[in-house]
Amino acid sequence: MEKQVWIPFFSSFFCQLGQVYDLALRGFRAIFQKPFEKKNFWQQLEEVGVNSLPVVSLTAAFGGLVFGLQTYLAFHRYIGPGSESQGGPIIAVGLCRELIPILVGLMVAGRVGSAMAAEIGTMKITEQIDALFSLGANPVKYLVAPRILASMIMVPCLTLYGDVIGIFGGYTYNVLLMKVNKTLYLQNTLKYFEMWDISVGLIKALVFGLVIAIVGCWQGMTAEGGAEGVGRATTKSVVVASITILIMNFFLSKILPADL
Amino acid sequence: MTMSKIKIVDLHKSFEGKPVLKGLNLEIEAGETMVIIGQSGSGKSVLLKHIIGIMKPDRGQVFIDGEEISALPDEEIMKLSRKFGMLFQGAALFDSMTVAENVAFGLRRHTRLSEDEVQQVVRTSLEQVGLRGVEHLLPYELSGGMKKRVGLARAIAYSPEIILYDEPTTGLDPIRADAINCLILELKKKLRVTSVVITHDMKTTYKVADRIAMLYDGRIIEIGKPEEIRHSASPVVQQFISGRAEGPITEW
Repeated sequence: MEKQVWIPFFSSFFCQLGQVYDLALRGFRAIFQKPFEKKNFWQQLEEVGVNSLPVVSLTAAFGGLVFGLQTYLAFHRYIGPGSESQGGPIIAVGLCRELIPILVGLMVAGRVGSAMAAEIGTMKITEQIDALFSLGANPVKYLVAPRILASMIMVPCLTLYGDVIGIFGGYTYNVLLMKVNKTLYLQNTLKYFEMWDISVGLIKALVFGLVIAIVGCWQGMTAEGGAEGVGRATTKSVVVASITILIMNFFLSKILPADL
Repeated sequence: MTMSKIKIVDLHKSFEGKPVLKGLNLEIEAGETMVIIGQSGSGKSVLLKHIIGIMKPDRGQVFIDGEEISALPDEEIMKLSRKFGMLFQGAALFDSMTVAENVAFGLRRHTRLSEDEVQQVVRTSLEQVGLRGVEHLLPYELSGGMKKRVGLARAIAYSPEIILYDEPTTGLDPIRADAINCLILELKKKLRVTSVVITHDMKTTYKVADRIAMLYDGRIIEIGKPEEIRHSASPVVQQFISGRAEGPITEW
């Protein structure tokens, strides 16, 4: 067939979707093939996880604080003074299920997803990806697989860490700053807050980690057109990953049951 | 009839609907140095990437030692890549690794040498390209010519059977360029490799070539010994080798 039918938006959209799917599939398969790229994997664990700790700490702390503040205000205004300790479980559930996974996802997308696109994109345009190939290292196995695996492990870990910080932030605002009754606040929290609430957040984080790594690697691997192209790929990786995370978050919230 | 080392049959490749290679045929014998000349953007690098299996043809076949590399899955191509060493246009050194790690990269993957042996081979490979004491430098600390030489050391470290050179002398001063030419000749003599050089530098071409092939309009339009090419009757070839702006080639 010589002539191509050209439907501008949809054809490129589905073409890109196909690229992502293909890369994800090959990346996953490569995770289970020997030899394992141990060195790159450790490096990525550090990059995605350890190096994101400061950013996650700050966002989670202030996320928790502000969420605590609004919950306090809401109970104070609508239910009445004295009812603020009811806010404990709402803060914990809201943080663990929604706010922290989203914040961590967006932060890691901005910090790590963009770096993946930039690094792999630079390697692509300077022919380093071709060089890997010629030296017997499959680029998908060498670059993509360790990033996917590291993200899928570290984003949930960061989320769990963020949960702790965030809940402590909410506690700080209510109990330490606004002098809400400490015993009641803790009792209410422990009574209504369940392990499942944390698990939902971690399942989401796992998916977000996957999205961040695949979008970042895909943008890098398809970068072309010199420095400008790498810049474009970097920006696009953050935009695409962030939007995907926000959209997926809604559907995951809808699909995952409220309790077990 | 002896089998050619590299055989390319009716190779087609287009990018975004624009054809670059239009039915290219070429055979390269074991041990010879084939220089492929052609304008910038004529598809020389694309051709090279098909030989090593980085790109897959839209149509046509590429055989290495009789094995059709263009039909193999990626994992099999990776195994075959042991036969190739490639010097990239911009050297393509891994910029997060030192010179020594760069040179050792292919060795560690393609051979089962011990760490001591790897270090030994790294040293001798670097010496072969005339570099000493640069093992611990990072690529950004090297000059353009040194980068190319490290790239070459990396390509020859695991003793490949075929070395592919993508514009080995572009961007180098005349003296360094000639040093690279001498290296190509020396490697051929020492390692008895088959070499494919793509370039638009006629000085390099005449110095290293056993045979010359001219790539024009997606096909090989003429192939022959340097003397034959020099006296070619084709006006296109004559225009290119004498470097004139006037002639049948009007796109530039």
